[in-house]
Amino acid sequence: MTELTPPRGHGPLARREARLAWGLLLPTILSVSLVVVLPLLSIFWISFKPIGLADLRPTAPVVREDLRDAGEPTQYVRYRLQNRSQDTPITDVVLTDVLPEGLTPGTLPQECTLDGAALRCEVDLLEPSSRLTLELPVTFDTGFDAEALEDAIEDETEALATGRADNILTNTEFTLENFARIFDDDEFLTVLWATVFYTVVGTVGALVVGLFAALLLNKSFKGQGVLRGLYLFPYVAPVIAVAFTWVILLDPFSGSANALLIQMGLVDAPINFFGDRPLALIMVTVFEIWRYFPLSFLFILARMQSIDTDMYEAADMDGATPFQQFWYLSVPQLLGILSVLFLLRFIWTFNKFDDIFLLTGGNAGTRTLTVNVYEQAFAVSNIGAGAAVAVVVFCVLLVFSVFFLKYVSQEEGL
Amino acid sequence: MSFLRHGYVTGPIIGALWMLVAGFTVAVVMSFSTGEAFRPVGWACLVWGALTWLSTIPAAGRVGPILAGLVLLAATLLGLGPIVIGPEVGTIGAVIGGIVLAVSAVWPLRIMLKGLPLGTTTRHAFEDAVIRFLTGAGYVIFTALVAIPFYVMVMTSLKNQQQLVQNPLDFSIDLSRGLDLFSSYIELFGQFNFGSYLWTSFYVSVLTVFITLLFSVPGAYAVARLRFTGRTLFSRSILLIYMVPMIVLALPIYIAFSMTGLRNTITGIVMIYPVTTIPVALYMLQGYFRGLPAEVEEAGLMDGLTRLRVIWKITLPLSLPALASVSLYVFMIAWNEFLLAFMLLDDPSKFTLTRGVAMLNSSEIPRQHLMAGAVIATVPIMALFLGLERFMTKGLTAGAVKG
Repeated sequence: MTELTPPRGHGPLARREARLAWGLLLPTILSVSLVVVLPLLSIFWISFKPIGLADLRPTAPVVREDLRDAGEPTQYVRYRLQNRSQDTPITDVVLTDVLPEGLTPGTLPQECTLDGAALRCEVDLLEPSSRLTLELPVTFDTGFDAEALEDAIEDETEALATGRADNILTNTEFTLENFARIFDDDEFLTVLWATVFYTVVGTVGALVVGLFAALLLNKSFKGQGVLRGLYLFPYVAPVIAVAFTWVILLDPFSGSANALLIQMGLVDAPINFFGDRPLALIMVTVFEIWRYFPLSFLFILARMQSIDTDMYEAADMDGATPFQQFWYLSVPQLLGILSVLFLLRFIWTFNKFDDIFLLTGGNAGTRTLTVNVYEQAFAVSNIGAGAAVAVVVFCVLLVFSVFFLKYVSQEEGL
Repeated sequence: MSFLRHGYVTGPIIGALWMLVAGFTVAVVMSFSTGEAFRPVGWACLVWGALTWLSTIPAAGRVGPILAGLVLLAATLLGLGPIVIGPEVGTIGAVIGGIVLAVSAVWPLRIMLKGLPLGTTTRHAFEDAVIRFLTGAGYVIFTALVAIPFYVMVMTSLKNQQQLVQNPLDFSIDLSRGLDLFSSYIELFGQFNFGSYLWTSFYVSVLTVFITLLFSVPGAYAVARLRFTGRTLFSRSILLIYMVPMIVLALPIYIAFSMTGLRNTITGIVMIYPVTTIPVALYMLQGYFRGLPAEVEEAGLMDGLTRLRVIWKITLPLSLPALASVSLYVFMIAWNEFLLAFMLLDDPSKFTLTRGVAMLNSSEIPRQHLMAGAVIATVPIMALFLGLERFMTKGLTAGAVKG
């Protein structure tokens, strides 16, 4: 008799379950890969391309059509073909148009052929920023209204032009210039420093302030609920609303904060909070702490309220002072949630873009890596360099996520 | 440190520090509500605070605090107190300021120093007093820091240009202006099309919630309940997706949308918003589904329901609270979303509310309009938050992965 073992492999039931699972997950996987994975891959592709904002419009011939010398015997339809690109030639340009009824064409330009009313002109090459004019002499047949015909030529049937041009996004031209440009940039060290300062101080600050707020509210009294709701306001309100409020409140010319400081006699001249180095960087970090301490506060409070109070009573009996109780009892209990929060907030502060963008636009030494992505891509109009910064951001995040998976997934039980 | 642990050292120090907090707070509050000059004097605060401690010692009895309050009030009115009140402030304003200061300085200090003996104190009593001081100061400072920006936001939106230039500190409301108080709002809704932005934001957010739930409920169920190879990997990568910053994705999305003509359309926005919220919704829901008893579902399966019917008839009704939390959280993300709307929408007729407010940030548009726009964007989400705080905080806690 053979030894009895549990069944191995996947039975039909298990297979069916797995099939169902994948079926349920399919929409998510598809959409997420379309919007997250695909763009990530394309960012890598673009970062090696010499591409500017203007290159996003695909290079195509533009055609304009009008009737010249209308009414005269020499009247002709003029087609003006144009390649608006500065550097990309267009090949195999084809122009098509339908001539309205009542029009008799004269001698065709040599590029063109006429099939019934359908006109087709072929041009082999249109150099960068060049124009080509094709003239087609026409006579109006008798019995047709000249003005109506003119309108018909110019408006009713639109001339279409197509052509083939090298698309910078899909060709095989690659360059390392984008990376060279961002690393060589004098500002790069400033950017790095701003990122590190903003991320580290912002994260630690939000945690400490959140911890303090949680300690404040970790007792039941009348109005505790109201205060808790109030302390969550900065996080719940739209970033655009609170960021603009800060900007207006701290405005150097007409802001209330400066008026208050001057009136109190604390400063002599208004302070340009978001315009001076290094104050601007400190202020955006303070804003970050102000806006995100509610999140740490909420988590720490939830953890605190689940700590057994017996322990504190026992410690009290043993003569432990309040600070000792906090340090030797609460802190060890909170260490888990604090470390998870630290990692999460660290990554998210690193990723933060909106806040700084709205407060300073990345000026006055507050340009972090993420703001630099926008700055390069849209302000300097160099999509390639923006993508290169994005690749740097992504690589840094990959390192973080190793830590993240190692520690957080243990805590969260994943 | 042990020399600190004497009532006659601790008391005056805490008194002085508390007077500093109270003095500055009262000065700021009075300045912001009247626009007039209330100037705290640092060293006077310290001296007066230390002296106020005398009123809390047992020998002062019940009369002590009242006396101390009156002395403080008198000193303030004479211009010798912790706060110097400007000469242009009317008598009533000055008296109110003085009374507020006296009460907020003496009464809390008495509570803080309760049980602190005059002489050598135990470490316990000393730390208790310090903690009571820190708690009191914490409440005041936190509340001020959180509330002031929102107060300024609302009050600025009710002013007109002339008032703002005249005195940027004056946030008092002139009720005699009547409906004119709301002129910024009337202009925003009338000329700047904010009604339509409000509606766009609303339906984009609602659509986002629905599409997100449609995708994430089955996905979360599969991750939480069904066994398949790659399950752990999947639930981890869901979290990792969240670590990718939006600005990195926004660039290729901008390019793709430019080329396909989806830029500048609400369709494009509705397509992209749910994808940013599906992972977090899936993560939140799978946590909840795991907590549901599997036996109920198994009973359903035994009775002949298919898996899909089990989800529909058993799991979903059981997880209604979680669905509410997730919906609110997703609604909040979509409502507050700024980056994508800013990058993808250029046509003022298609703006969402956040994009509309961003448009107001220009030197040609007066700032009370900008603040009114900010209020319009904030009020709905705040109303939702306050009305459904229980679900909202639960959603915030569970959705912490999202910044």
